Amino acid sequence: MNARLLPLAGFVLILALLGFGIWWSQYHDPREVPSPLIDKPAPQFALPLLDDPAKKLGSSDLAGQPYLLNVFASWCFACRDEHPILMQEGKRLGIKLVGFNYKDEPADAKRWLAQFGNPYDVIIADYPGNIAIDFGVTGAPETFLVDANGVIRYKYISPITAEVIATELLPRIARLKQETR
Amino acid sequence: MRFPRFQSILLTHPYSSFRRRPESSFYGRQEELDSGLRRNDETGRIATTIALVVSACFFFSSLAFAIDPLPFKDHTEELRFQALTKQLRCLVCQNESLADSNAPLAADLRRDVFEQMQAGKSDEEIKTWLTARYSDFVLYDPPLHAGTWLLWFGPALVLLAGAAAIFVIVRRRAGLAPVATRATATRATSDVEDDW
Repeated sequence: MNARLLPLAGFVLILALLGFGIWWSQYHDPREVPSPLIDKPAPQFALPLLDDPAKKLGSSDLAGQPYLLNVFASWCFACRDEHPILMQEGKRLGIKLVGFNYKDEPADAKRWLAQFGNPYDVIIADYPGNIAIDFGVTGAPETFLVDANGVIRYKYISPITAEVIATELLPRIARLKQETR
Repeated sequence: MRFPRFQSILLTHPYSSFRRRPESSFYGRQEELDSGLRRNDETGRIATTIALVVSACFFFSSLAFAIDPLPFKDHTEELRFQALTKQLRCLVCQNESLADSNAPLAADLRRDVFEQMQAGKSDEEIKTWLTARYSDFVLYDPPLHAGTWLLWFGPALVLLAGAAAIFVIVRRRAGLAPVATRATATRATSDVEDDW
């Protein structure tokens, strides 16, 4: 090889590397915290219901059926973008939709739900945010798909869109239902 | 509402140089005026000192509020806590350490780290607890495993590649130098031109 071409080759190599970086970052958010909990059992919890804090709902009560856990809060702006999608598509998911009210004043959460509607089958409230840390929650909204054995199968960070439901959630839910049968 | 009150303290405080001084008015005697001015210099210095102290209080109070007060057993424990939380990344504002961040999640995690320290957990155990929830992302110092070997050794590899390239070039030049001086006639056929 002609040695004169070496610097050019080096330049092209660096260009390719940087170009790959730009392409890669279009599909991968470097700020997204990867969850080490995928395919691991969901943390054990027993949290008060938002509507009735005297009653508690635990992970054992949810076992046996797959469910979708949606982390939301009235202080979370992005949750407002997500909310209409959950209102529209929530019932079509075919599994239990569990609302996880994260570090929120119960009164604010109730007002928020009264204003925008309640898409959830049941809502648990984590005011101190301890169980959220066990789930590796970094903010809201985040969504976890948990199977009948209580194993976290999928996690989605940021607002769910109709596209995410169609391409990510529904196929996985269909697979889970086949497994349970 | 802090600032107006702060300003009014300066304006009404007896040591304040901003205070109206009727005794050294334009109509006063010259000596009185001079001494008034001199006094004014001195009180001005005091006022400046007070202003500095007060603004320092505001400045440091904002720093103090960044870290929630935790009941440390002793100074050693506090130092250990600070050293540990500096090595941990805040998951919300990711360019800040857990020690610096004001995010609610960071406060929760600081509380958890503190509680685990009280329970007698080692730094490694606390880090394992955190990475089980938030992956290696929570550590500023990435651990060495199959997924990070390029990160750890990549720079060394690039350095080695550079060293190898320089070695080859130098060797080639050393080989070419006598050829170039000995026989200029063979120059056209040799690859001297490639010698950049």
